[in-house]
Amino acid sequence: MRHDHVISAKQLSRAGIEEVLDRAAEIAADPSAWGHRHEGALLGLCFFEPSTRTKMSFTAAAKRLGGDVVDMGPVGSSSVKKGESLADTVRVVEGYADALVLRHPSEGSAKMASEFVDVPLINAGDGAGQHPTQTLLDLYTIRESAGLDDITVGIMGDLKYGRTVHSLAHALTNFDVRQHFVSPESLELPRSVRYDLHEEGASIKEHRTLDPVLSELDVLYVTRIQRERFPDESEYRAIAGEYQIDAATLEDGRDDLTVMHPLPRVDEIAHDVDDTDHAAYFQQAHNGVPVRMALLDLLLEGER
Amino acid sequence: MSDHELRVSKIRNGTVVDHIAAGQALNVLAILGIDTDSGETVSVGMRVPSDRLGTKDIVKVEGRELSQDEVDVLSLIAPAATINIVRDFDVVEKHRVERPDVVTGVLSCPNRHCITTGDEPVDSRFDVLDDGIRCQYCETIVREHIADHIDVG
Repeated sequence: MRHDHVISAKQLSRAGIEEVLDRAAEIAADPSAWGHRHEGALLGLCFFEPSTRTKMSFTAAAKRLGGDVVDMGPVGSSSVKKGESLADTVRVVEGYADALVLRHPSEGSAKMASEFVDVPLINAGDGAGQHPTQTLLDLYTIRESAGLDDITVGIMGDLKYGRTVHSLAHALTNFDVRQHFVSPESLELPRSVRYDLHEEGASIKEHRTLDPVLSELDVLYVTRIQRERFPDESEYRAIAGEYQIDAATLEDGRDDLTVMHPLPRVDEIAHDVDDTDHAAYFQQAHNGVPVRMALLDLLLEGER
Repeated sequence: MSDHELRVSKIRNGTVVDHIAAGQALNVLAILGIDTDSGETVSVGMRVPSDRLGTKDIVKVEGRELSQDEVDVLSLIAPAATINIVRDFDVVEKHRVERPDVVTGVLSCPNRHCITTGDEPVDSRFDVLDDGIRCQYCETIVREHIADHIDVG
């Protein structure tokens, strides 16, 4: 890992990704061996938006490496409420920690913040922008289940605002992956992501429904379509309903189809899928810890 | 040039921005930061006849020689513009605008969720693409109506 900051999946090369995933596999094979690896290291958590699993898995990762976290706490009780800029907040917190994790509702916030600090800064979600560490654990999960070359991946749901989608789609261009995107017209991939995929020469196809491509897929990555993206409840229900899957839907897919979801899900994956061999989303969430341990290890190693 | 001279008088010292696409002169002034408070003597010709462009706009700024950076940004809205630096009524330098790789400040990001539109100590910064511009922070691509995003604040 040669990056001081982890801002966007666009900066991840195939070699860089494989370095993290290989390290994560080593960690997953024997987690206890890494328990003193970064004793005393402190990770600064700056979450300007609510987060459950990302924050908890970064905390778990830091502690399982022998380190700890310092947490800014909820925005409502912090100096941000007094009008402090993000640039000031991160400059203060970098004095308390060896690396920073930032989640913020504004696109580009992680890039801007990284320009103000010297310690490694990790983007844990910037608005509808990027979420590169989710992508690393997604790639780890895909590698474990289907491999990362000569595969067909379908990504379905909110492709416009879904930051996990933007990061994953770009990262997959490093591998021999055919990408299919399934969404309503109003939630298609944004122009900027389309531009990047085109620049990378990626093989992508877009669809309005899952049916035509389901049988080709090795991996189906489902994301949540949010109520607030639609002007009224009935339109939301009508459209979101077309992008929900259940165990019966998957009978038309391959036996070894892997179903993933960045979680939290609402009703886009029915609970009857949980008991099938297709369901990988809980394992995917669990993979967040070894993958983030690997990333922190490589970043903190570089700091020594 | 006689036609121009009838409409817009010659300047003694300063810059003439010629061959601006018709209708863009006021946007050129905005990019140059020239407004009612800025003090320069400015002549503007809009939709004057042009052999090359059919009609064109022309801006003359007395007493100010534009920097290359200022000129380069003009290329986004006036790619055919020519810049004449005038000293003592003579054109001493004449050059075309060139598209810069990056534009800093000048334009504001149209994405209202972009961090550069908030109250942060950071200037907007756009990469210049073949057919538009792209925010270096939120990555939004703007292809149409770039002049609408000139930051006049």
